[in-house]
Amino acid sequence: MASINELRERIHSGSSEEIVAEYLEKIESSRLNAFITIARESALSRAREIDSNGHDGALAGIPVAIKDNISTAGLLTTCASKILAGYIPPYDAHVIERLKDAGAVIIGKTNMDEFAMGTSTETSFYGATRNPWDLERVPGGSSGGSAAAVAGGEAPLSLGSDTGGSVRCPASFCGVVGLKPTYGVISRYGLISYANSLEQIGPFAANVRDVTALFDVIAGYDARDSTSVKKDVNYSSALKNDVRGLKIGVPGEYFGEGTDETVEKAVWDAIHTLEDLGASWKEVAMPHTKYALAAYYIIAMSEASSNLARFDGMRYGLRTEDSDWHTTFSQVRAAGFGDEVKRRILLGTYALSAGYHDKYYLKALKVRTLIKQDFERAFKDVDVLITPTMPYPAFRLGEKIGDPLSLYLADVDTVPINLAGVPSVSVPCGFSERLPIGMQIIGKHFDEATILRTAYTFEENTDFHTRQPEGF
Amino acid sequence: MFDEPNKNNPPFSKGSSKYENPDSVMIGLEVHVQLNKLKTKVFCGCTTDYHNDPPNSHVCPVCLGLPGALPVINKRAVEAAIKVGLALNCKIEEHTQFYRKNYYYPDLPKGFQITQYDFPISSGGYITIEGEDGEHRVGITRAHMEEDPGRLVHEGTIDKSKYTLIDYNRSGMALLEVVSEPDLRSPKEARRYLDKLRNILEYLDVFDGNLEGALRVDANISIMGGQRAEIKNISSHKGAERALLYEIVRQKNVLRRGGIVVLETRHFDEAREITMSMRSKEEAHDYRYFPEPDLVPLKISGWAPAIKETLPELPDARRMRFVEQYGITDDHAKALTSELKLAIFYEDVAKKADPKTAAVWICDVLKGELNYRVLTIDSFRKEHMLSVIGLLASKKITEDGAVDIIRTLLDKGGSPDEIVAEKGLLKVEGDIVSTAVDEAIKENPQAVADYRAGKEKALNSLVGAVMKKTKGRADARAAREVLMGKLG
Repeated sequence: MASINELRERIHSGSSEEIVAEYLEKIESSRLNAFITIARESALSRAREIDSNGHDGALAGIPVAIKDNISTAGLLTTCASKILAGYIPPYDAHVIERLKDAGAVIIGKTNMDEFAMGTSTETSFYGATRNPWDLERVPGGSSGGSAAAVAGGEAPLSLGSDTGGSVRCPASFCGVVGLKPTYGVISRYGLISYANSLEQIGPFAANVRDVTALFDVIAGYDARDSTSVKKDVNYSSALKNDVRGLKIGVPGEYFGEGTDETVEKAVWDAIHTLEDLGASWKEVAMPHTKYALAAYYIIAMSEASSNLARFDGMRYGLRTEDSDWHTTFSQVRAAGFGDEVKRRILLGTYALSAGYHDKYYLKALKVRTLIKQDFERAFKDVDVLITPTMPYPAFRLGEKIGDPLSLYLADVDTVPINLAGVPSVSVPCGFSERLPIGMQIIGKHFDEATILRTAYTFEENTDFHTRQPEGF
Repeated sequence: MFDEPNKNNPPFSKGSSKYENPDSVMIGLEVHVQLNKLKTKVFCGCTTDYHNDPPNSHVCPVCLGLPGALPVINKRAVEAAIKVGLALNCKIEEHTQFYRKNYYYPDLPKGFQITQYDFPISSGGYITIEGEDGEHRVGITRAHMEEDPGRLVHEGTIDKSKYTLIDYNRSGMALLEVVSEPDLRSPKEARRYLDKLRNILEYLDVFDGNLEGALRVDANISIMGGQRAEIKNISSHKGAERALLYEIVRQKNVLRRGGIVVLETRHFDEAREITMSMRSKEEAHDYRYFPEPDLVPLKISGWAPAIKETLPELPDARRMRFVEQYGITDDHAKALTSELKLAIFYEDVAKKADPKTAAVWICDVLKGELNYRVLTIDSFRKEHMLSVIGLLASKKITEDGAVDIIRTLLDKGGSPDEIVAEKGLLKVEGDIVSTAVDEAIKENPQAVADYRAGKEKALNSLVGAVMKKTKGRADARAAREVLMGKLG
């Protein structure tokens, strides 16, 4: 898989158009179903423009794939839902503006779980995406298309969004690097909300250096997002092959029941590798972890039930036969949303209803505070926390989709991070037979530099990230 | 909390409860005030100046609620809301927070309205009005911020129209919902409360009441301690009074027939001046309020003192000052301060002419002539008022002449001097009046006989005759005296 530096050299000696065309061909002949929309014309024309006019941006001429819940002006944006059929946003998300300014070429929009609700990319209206390591297995979700595209060599870089693990889970399942930044570091302007208080856009790449380069382009303050934070950091300059003196915390709660032995072993091996490189580790207690999953789903579904109310067919997207407005709204939403989305809207509506609001929603907020305190306490003693990203490697297509609860349980190690708002990166750390395993490195608020440095050092001293799925 | 009494808005003493309120009427109002003097909408940069533009021409991803768009609070809107809160003697919260009110309606592009719930920007104030029995204090429960939905447009009436059109130009306008305690005891008091509220808002320069949709009212009313009805869709002060008058009669009739008034929401049909049931409480919405995750809580405790310094003199304070400074009656001061522009007009005139004469002529004459023609004070120039008062003071015209000048200015325009010349309004005295009196006596023997027979009123027709002969330029009082002298 070509790195950004290799691509830059090829663009310098050849052209961006040539590279973009190669990727487009690969996407178009792919069996992965990683893309919903392929932006052939606009990508090639942008590449030609960069070739002829030159561009000094950090990503000049380099293709980037975008999760289909990020608004792209003039380019279909569906959230993998039938209800957004034909919706072409009139504006670019903040991250898209940043990418365009940096000279990146938007190559297409990637598949995902409908409205980012899922852990397998199977709830997409456009069909499931397949895992390049085993086409009978899921790529993880919800940003499965973005992760599979990078793993399958269909894009060198991609963007996903992470509400409860939606970047890290598919990064883990597909053997790529995926970062969930601190809440507020990347503007959400233009990201179609699933659960606003939890989610961040995050970058994917085949290695830590490239993920960091992409992160540097898209991070930064945006006045159009009130939760955006003013921080001016160059993360790439923090990438050093050095973990001497680093204090690692290992929370036992994240190696609980249901965690695959191969995963547990791979993560411990990785911790020992870092120890050999000069880091130290200790066990830390995160006693409220067991409540995280329930709190996460209540908060996420509550916010989702409100966020998704705007999809009523009145102004854009699917429109069924017109009747009075009340009937039309119901018909559009009945026809436009898939089962998982409907399930979450119903549960979220219930959790916010009079009589249940205090019992569920308010209680979940209290748990969220306790989870945050768990992290604050742990970070008094250690610099990073290391856990498995997912309790097991990629499961089979269809294996869990009929059992929503078992799918929700898969998020057990990723959701606490979103509740606390801290940053976390998933990096490949081993294999279970031929399926990749991801390690999750969690940091303090706004301390992406340390987790990226840890991930980078691990990567520089191991070769997991260099392996590629057969035939890709 | 910020709760010391407002020096710019001195409270009146609470009126003695002479008013018996025979039907135990309790009215509380929820007034939606559009902060339409702001330059931009409450959560985006779209202009508020859309009233003369085509539908949906001032919209953006934010106020259209497009997927992925996020709200950002307009700081000026928060400042304006604090200003109103202070003027209504409210406490300003240290932190204020926005919430989502979830419900479906075509004018609501996000499927929820961003509003306030816990931690409203201000609460616990009052407004003093002229009540049924003197000064009456009406509690303000809270005044909170929210966004305006779009506007639904129908062909003809809502129930007959074949379609609904939606104009989102209004979507995202900053609203302030001012909620009163149920302290109003009659429709008349409700109307006065609205007049006073509007008056205060105009003094604060946050609101132009003449724009479409600027002020909308929901009224809660109960009688005899029964359940309340909520009346929606009232768009004028007069409408509020009519709706409430109707509702009292309706509720009394329900009770008279042995029924009970049920808790329900009713719609006011402005054309027919009746209220109609919309939904009962059992069908009431559960709005599922929760904090708006896209807007962070605002720490505003530090803002209030500085904003308080900028508060202008409010109507009650100005009224008291007018009485004190210009020696005019309280009734005149009240009338003059009931409208900001009128108060400014008066004060400008009073600085250059006798303040008492100015008050009389502006309140008792000019205001009446304006009301009769449905005009505002903008239609009359201060210089013209000064000229008229000058002509009166120098006794060049009569009071009738002055009224004639004011009417002519409003109907035809021109200047007072031109009108005086054109109509020959210069006052006549001495010989001319004496001659006219002689002629009047000669030409009206019957009236003369009647007067001499003791019919005092006959003198009026003789005065009229004199005025007719002098084309109104004689001073009526002088003519009367001359007549009485000559008739012995």
